[in-house]
Amino acid sequence: MSDDWTGAIDCDFHPRAPTPRDLSRYMDEHWRDAVETRGIDAWDSIAYPANAPLTIRPDWREAGADEDPVAAAKVTLDRFGFAHAICNCLFPVQAFRDENLGAAFARAVNDWLAAEWLAKDARLRGSVVLPIQSTERAVDEIERRAGDPRFVQVLMLAFGEHPLGKSRYWPIYAAAERHSFTVGIHAGSSYHHAVTGSGWPTYYLEDYAAQSQGFHTQLGSLIAEGVFVKFPRLKVVLIESGVTWLPPYLWRLAKFWRGVRNEVPWIDRSPEAFVRDHVRLTAQPFDAPSGAEHIGRLMDQLQSDTMLLFATDFPHWQYDGDAMLPPGVSPALRRKILIDNPLATYPRLERSP
Amino acid sequence: MPHHVVARAAEIPPGSRKLVHVGERSIVIFNIKGDLFALSDKCPHKGGSLSKGRLTGLVESSSPGEYTYSRPGEIIRCPWHNWEFDVRTGRSWCDPKRLRLMNYAVTVEPGAKLVEGPYVAETFAVAVEDNYVVVETK
Repeated sequence: MSDDWTGAIDCDFHPRAPTPRDLSRYMDEHWRDAVETRGIDAWDSIAYPANAPLTIRPDWREAGADEDPVAAAKVTLDRFGFAHAICNCLFPVQAFRDENLGAAFARAVNDWLAAEWLAKDARLRGSVVLPIQSTERAVDEIERRAGDPRFVQVLMLAFGEHPLGKSRYWPIYAAAERHSFTVGIHAGSSYHHAVTGSGWPTYYLEDYAAQSQGFHTQLGSLIAEGVFVKFPRLKVVLIESGVTWLPPYLWRLAKFWRGVRNEVPWIDRSPEAFVRDHVRLTAQPFDAPSGAEHIGRLMDQLQSDTMLLFATDFPHWQYDGDAMLPPGVSPALRRKILIDNPLATYPRLERSP
Repeated sequence: MPHHVVARAAEIPPGSRKLVHVGERSIVIFNIKGDLFALSDKCPHKGGSLSKGRLTGLVESSSPGEYTYSRPGEIIRCPWHNWEFDVRTGRSWCDPKRLRLMNYAVTVEPGAKLVEGPYVAETFAVAVEDNYVVVETK
């Protein structure tokens, strides 16, 4: 049945980001006082401005559907019978310049998510927001959450201070692999640098469209620096990256690798093989024209039916009505995207209660 | 199985290479420490002339950031796109099963034997007292 969503695992689901005041309740006295004293009463990034059409679908905006787990479940998990939804909180922890402040907020965000969302709906799972400003503190945060099976992923952004394959970040991957966390990279930026390689764009349109460039950078870096060689069990999910940019980029990467592979001899097979083994993508937004033939062509180009993961990207406005998957998905592929692929990608999901 | 006399042995000392032509074929002959290897000169990618490429060693790695360099002078890189080929086998590094250079049997024969035939010396006269490189085409 093509409209049966029972048991699906939503791999990108966004609670409304909390305010600094919401989070200060989860901080120790020093940081609670600091938030008050410094007057940090708002901390928003330009990634999903509150009033942008993309940020929340109109009918969900009207219903306040992302404000709490009950309202959110009503239009998602309850309505369709999803088994799980993985909560990615986009409070911009990464944008703080002060790594101590960033770590305090990351810890508060994760405590807040656990208490306000995960504890209130047993189907919800969480991503650990990392204070990426400091590798050491990011590893501390992973260790702090490792014992809580509701957290299944660690979360980073498509744009940051350095390409994510650099060895300065390897302790994060070691910790993730040690505790079977999947590594999620979500669209977004620390906004410490422009979201392009040649300066700041002017309009929101450019910012959002530029996100796939960030994913190019991160994917190329993770492969070339040898992260998947060093951490052979690691799985990386590119979240809200779009999908159709990947085959042309892989074609370029594989072609150039043939000529310069002696610079990266640890890459001992063609780069697309690493992508098939280690990289997954959430299927919303599915950035292709609306025809049913595109999904088939994409699957041919990827040469893999294990790479796409179901996601609503709730409450972002990526589709209308219930059109959560692109047209043309066969029943067998549908089952993989909705259930099998997410289970294979998130080992902590299988083990969790 | 025609045999072709393509060069005097002294023309291709160890560490050198020579481009020769046998009918329509362009063949590059390498001398690695006294062993001769004859390969098609035409890169199977876009047709670059391998005889004009850079001879290097084999770069491998046991772990990211670690490099080992072995077999110096045994890997030829196409001058056009830098794809690597193993001179000993003709196989490419990037896709050894599908991308490979045709290789030919090559020997050094004394002139005294060659003048008896059935060898074909197309381009120059063979002297009895010299040694020659002979390529066998299938």
